[in-house]
Amino acid sequence: MNIWEEAFIRKAQYNSRRHFLKKCTSGLGALAMGSLMGCGNNSGAKQVAGSFLDKKASHFAPKAKSVIFLHMAGGPSHLELFDFKPTLQKLNGQDTPQSLMEGKEFAFLKGTPKLLGPQANFGQYGQSGAYVSDYMPEFSKMVDEVSFLKAMHTNEFNHAPAQLFMHTGSPRLGKPSIGAWSVYGLGSENEDLPGYVVLTSGGGAISAGKSAWGSGFLPTIYQGVQCRSEGDPVLFLSNPKSIDSHLRKKSIDAINKINEMEFKESNDPEILTRISQYELAFRMQTSVPETMNINDEPEYIHQMYGTNPGKASFANNCLLARRLVEKGVRFVQLFDNRWDTHGVGAGNGVGEGMRRSCKTIDQPIAALLRDLKQRGLLDDTLVVWGGEFGRTPMMESRTGEGFDGRDHHLEAFTMWMAGAGVKKGHIHGATDEIGYYGIEGRTHVHDLQATILERLGFDHEKLTYEFQGRDFRLTDVHGKVINEVLS
Amino acid sequence: MKSRIFIFLLPVLLILTFWLWPGQEKISYNRQIRPIINNKCISCHGGVKQSGGFSLLFEEEAKMNTESGKPAIIPGDAEASEMVTRLTHHDPELRMPLGKDPLTQEEIELIKEWINQGANWEKHWAYIPPKKDLEVPSVDSEIPAQNEIDHFIFRKLAEMELNPNEEAPKELLLRRLTLDLTGLPPELQAYDDFMADTSPNAYENKVDQLLASPHFGEKWAAFWMDLARYSDSKGYEKDLHREIWKYRDWLIEAFNQDMPFDQFTIAQLAGDLLPDPTESDLLATAFHRNTMANDEGGTNDEEFRVAAVMERVGTTYEVWQGTTMACVQCHSHPYDPIRHEEFYKSQAFFNNTQDKDLYNEQPKVFTYEKESEQKVKDLLSWVNENLKPSEKLPEISDNYLHRQKQDLLYTLGYRKVEAEEFQDKSRFIELVAHDQESIWQVQDSSWIMFENVDLTDIKAISMGYASLYGAKVEIRLDSILGRKIGEGTFGITDTSFPGNRPKDWETIKVAIEPISGKRDLFYYFKKDKTFAQDLIRVDWVFYHEKAPLKDKYPLSFQAKLVELSNTKAIETPILKDLPKSRSRSTFVFERGDWRSKGEEVTANTPEIMGTINKEKPDRLDFAKWLVSGENSLTSRVIVNRIWEQIFGFGIVESMEDFGSQGIPASHPELLDWLAVNFQEDMNWSMKKLIKKIVMSQSYRQSSATNEEKIKKDPYNKFLSRGSRTRLPAETIRDQALAISGLLNEKQLGPSVMPYQPENIISFGGKFWFPSEGEEKYRRAVYTYWKRTHPYPSFVTFDSPSREVCTSRRIRTNTPLQSLVLLNDPVYIEAADAWAKRILKESGGDIKNGIEKNLRLVTAKVPEPEKVEVLHQLYLESLAYYQEEGKELDKNAELAAMRMVSNAMLNLDEFVTRR
Repeated sequence: MNIWEEAFIRKAQYNSRRHFLKKCTSGLGALAMGSLMGCGNNSGAKQVAGSFLDKKASHFAPKAKSVIFLHMAGGPSHLELFDFKPTLQKLNGQDTPQSLMEGKEFAFLKGTPKLLGPQANFGQYGQSGAYVSDYMPEFSKMVDEVSFLKAMHTNEFNHAPAQLFMHTGSPRLGKPSIGAWSVYGLGSENEDLPGYVVLTSGGGAISAGKSAWGSGFLPTIYQGVQCRSEGDPVLFLSNPKSIDSHLRKKSIDAINKINEMEFKESNDPEILTRISQYELAFRMQTSVPETMNINDEPEYIHQMYGTNPGKASFANNCLLARRLVEKGVRFVQLFDNRWDTHGVGAGNGVGEGMRRSCKTIDQPIAALLRDLKQRGLLDDTLVVWGGEFGRTPMMESRTGEGFDGRDHHLEAFTMWMAGAGVKKGHIHGATDEIGYYGIEGRTHVHDLQATILERLGFDHEKLTYEFQGRDFRLTDVHGKVINEVLS
Repeated sequence: MKSRIFIFLLPVLLILTFWLWPGQEKISYNRQIRPIINNKCISCHGGVKQSGGFSLLFEEEAKMNTESGKPAIIPGDAEASEMVTRLTHHDPELRMPLGKDPLTQEEIELIKEWINQGANWEKHWAYIPPKKDLEVPSVDSEIPAQNEIDHFIFRKLAEMELNPNEEAPKELLLRRLTLDLTGLPPELQAYDDFMADTSPNAYENKVDQLLASPHFGEKWAAFWMDLARYSDSKGYEKDLHREIWKYRDWLIEAFNQDMPFDQFTIAQLAGDLLPDPTESDLLATAFHRNTMANDEGGTNDEEFRVAAVMERVGTTYEVWQGTTMACVQCHSHPYDPIRHEEFYKSQAFFNNTQDKDLYNEQPKVFTYEKESEQKVKDLLSWVNENLKPSEKLPEISDNYLHRQKQDLLYTLGYRKVEAEEFQDKSRFIELVAHDQESIWQVQDSSWIMFENVDLTDIKAISMGYASLYGAKVEIRLDSILGRKIGEGTFGITDTSFPGNRPKDWETIKVAIEPISGKRDLFYYFKKDKTFAQDLIRVDWVFYHEKAPLKDKYPLSFQAKLVELSNTKAIETPILKDLPKSRSRSTFVFERGDWRSKGEEVTANTPEIMGTINKEKPDRLDFAKWLVSGENSLTSRVIVNRIWEQIFGFGIVESMEDFGSQGIPASHPELLDWLAVNFQEDMNWSMKKLIKKIVMSQSYRQSSATNEEKIKKDPYNKFLSRGSRTRLPAETIRDQALAISGLLNEKQLGPSVMPYQPENIISFGGKFWFPSEGEEKYRRAVYTYWKRTHPYPSFVTFDSPSREVCTSRRIRTNTPLQSLVLLNDPVYIEAADAWAKRILKESGGDIKNGIEKNLRLVTAKVPEPEKVEVLHQLYLESLAYYQEEGKELDKNAELAAMRMVSNAMLNLDEFVTRR
């Protein structure tokens, strides 16, 4: 072992001691340390370069290498998409029974609202005969790839807390997101790209802001890196105008040369990490834009997804998601921000407005599933779709008659999962006759989180991190893996 | 071969140890028994899980009958004690710890002996006050100790067979000291002066000079801002602006004036309850108004009020007691003897403040910026001078200027109130972002309420409004269904509000029935048939008296009143207790859920930490208790924080947890000695404490290391060398601005918005309005802090988002950090300015110019090889810019030198304090 290798290992020991021995009580710490120290692979110094992101082992053999989480921010109505309720149709326009309002909390509903029948037409599709509305014609062809969770429920009825709850397991700020937990637990497969990438579409920022992909109390290195469609895909990635990549290479060489001199003088292993991080930064300057540039995809792929290069769109993001998992990115988080259908204006309800919104996601989602499948990626990529909550069977129309909104609803909503050994063409759970409450196979947000971690090879009760004197985990003290949808 | 013999000998050695164990000697619970219990028992027999009805957390519970009907521990009789039976049981189903390796023979014998000696309990060390007569150990080191700190540090090193390092080279020491005390690097002249000063007091003089620098407070406020979760926005979905920078200024000034830590504590936790509090005392209480507030539509204000109060309890205990209380919200502490209900007893201290997650952040203190302050003073004096003698005010004083202004305007019958300053509201009333200076009625049938409005001789009320649909307002007394005393109709003022801001505001005047006295006034907004979103915007309310005093004066006089009324105050949210008659009761929340109330509790402290001996103690008593001599933790905790700021690690590394699960102190006696001295000899002076630390030889050591030191003291927790850590985010930025000459040293004032990439948007759209000119180059501590979108380069360098109290920042080393220093326009601008200066200073000798300037990073005269690397970079870049890279930049020399300065800002030596 030469002095360089020795120093790298020392650095790794330093990191692993500080951040894993003390912090990680799951037994994962030892594993993480093993891989940080390069045990089990002999690729030498580069692999060990003090990165928190080196590939690590899970609790058991994972079914999913990567996760793509498609979050429809705002809360899409299950009653216009997958949860067909003919009874609600019959009750359309009638007063809501008081028993459904008493003791319940809604964001905006009050008094005695009227029930609102489904605004979409439904049909049954595939072998499974799953109901899908005519808002999603392309997706309806893919139902035999997915497992529906039709009786999801959550604890929160406002956007920001509910989104935080979905992604961090807590309605308050300050907890790590599921993507951060995943990268903390498993590291990244690609050393030239971030392990956790976030893509947004639909305009504006989502309610929970960056905290929905934050690292909470985990080291900041685990937070999601938002890749943007305009400007630098990663902040400060591109060189200033007067510096091209030839010059950048030269300056990084100079920086590293001087840092090596400094290392010889001080023996501080942190300097070696810094040297390797400058090399990685340089590689990222090429690899990230390459990955983010969808122009090199063949025409049939663009047609399949309905992409429009150069513009921020959900379709582009779906294609990017496929490219990212192809390159080994661990967690790809898409947020599409257009699903808060209160009906406060024309086109904002669950009728024509939502139909239009669905047009922007229907084809890309179907394409993503098809594309992953045809590349064999669906076997080890878990795709999750849903919002932070559902919508009420009651009508909410704040601007007067003639519009068709629904309020936030925490008792019942639909989500679906596909890939990574999730049952194909399966329906789990059911709601009552008006889609108000889950009556069968109710699954909670913490259950979903436990299930996602399970697919990644983790026991959600054991993936913990000590903070403020206690072990925290994504699922708090709850959560049960939804085995019914796993094959 | 050697090791094999050792393995063979090991059991023999163990048995020998066991045999030779002095049976008579008194067993120490804390030293010998607690570690075993904490490692092997407490997770199942603690505060949360009490398997078999047995808990080892509290003495009385441990000795109580368990589920089996008999006690697990019978003092004096180990053989009869179930605990011992179960530890040694032959049946693995019954043997403890269940499913895990058994305790070692030695551990079992210790427990037996301890029980036989009477099973004496001891408190965890942190709950026992530090000894006042701690002896400073003697040392015999080649390197002379400078003060007591060195005695503790060197003694420990000697035990580890390590020697401290030689003193660091003078230049490096100067850089270290200047960065640590002021967060700014020394200038070249400072290096030269310090090198030239060979007097024996040179170092101490420098320490004193830096402690007196106004930049001291700017650096030291930052760690407290992390604890205070200081932010310029409220958090959650909307994350709207919060005007609270006066608190940040209060902090900076408190540090600069070396406010004693006991005063510092009392002012922040209970300044409002002090007798005759000053404006400054009130501003200090903004500490706890940094809790997040949720302005999202349709939220329950009480839910978020309670969340904020609970957060204050947790933060207070973390900041002052290094104790983790968050878990006690839901159940008794799993590891430390703190009971579930004790959280709520503490909550009772904080549960009585008026704030309740209102949009407008009431209650607030109103102050003025320097310029406006003078204007208000002048106007007040002018008006007062022109009043008839019988109507004159007492003399205008400097304190509470706003109150005097309001009183004067009120007396004269100029009664304008901002609509957003209501005391209560229904759901669906929001304030219009971003400035929140008018209200926005989101949905039909909502209301706002003003408390205790004096209606005597009021004949009408007018309102400034804008509306897209038209609407009605009813003015009602005492309650929303109370007597209607007037109503008015709002006309349509526009067809749209571009950018959510009405262009034209109209006024309506509503006549009201005569009422005398002070009443609560409700403004109830409605529309005839349909109900609507965005019904009405209201900017202000004006109460018209029948014969206001002001009307007796000429119009020119009245114009001054309008001017006075319109001079904007700075509004800072503060703590203020509810009047006794409306004080809230506090209940235990079952499982921490605010909706399931358990038994009612009264305010007091957790028993293990001591009690306040007073009938009905309040928040002020609580604050005083924290800094009383009886509290065993406060002084240790703050001493530890300051130690960490200087050395990079606390003496107790888990700064947030001094409890039994925290990391044991590396130098427990030193911590206690410092804690006692800080309270008594130093009288809580933080500057004295900092001086003591930086005067020590332990601080002054060189940070160079070698194999032996890395082996025996890998993390330098024992200070076998000077500490070497990556600088905090703020300092990295400030240093780049200072070195390049861009730094604007202006102090205090509203937060500024330096450059950040444009397409970073937040909920509700654009929120970043870049500061102009010199304001861009203010120190990092003044950068606008938006919780949901914290300043990107700070987060990249590990600053927290300040959503919750943060005791320590975990330092990472990532490629995103490299990208910031390489490409963030702030750093490019700094590189550019610096390059221009280097070229100017170089004259003809480029290499010399580089060498001279590199010293701003290296402190020592840089090694020729390093200068050479940079000179080569210059030459090669220059050649490139002159040929292939012509298009990149017309000014090849400047561009090439920018490559050099950019590289210097990326060196390890730049980001590291050595």
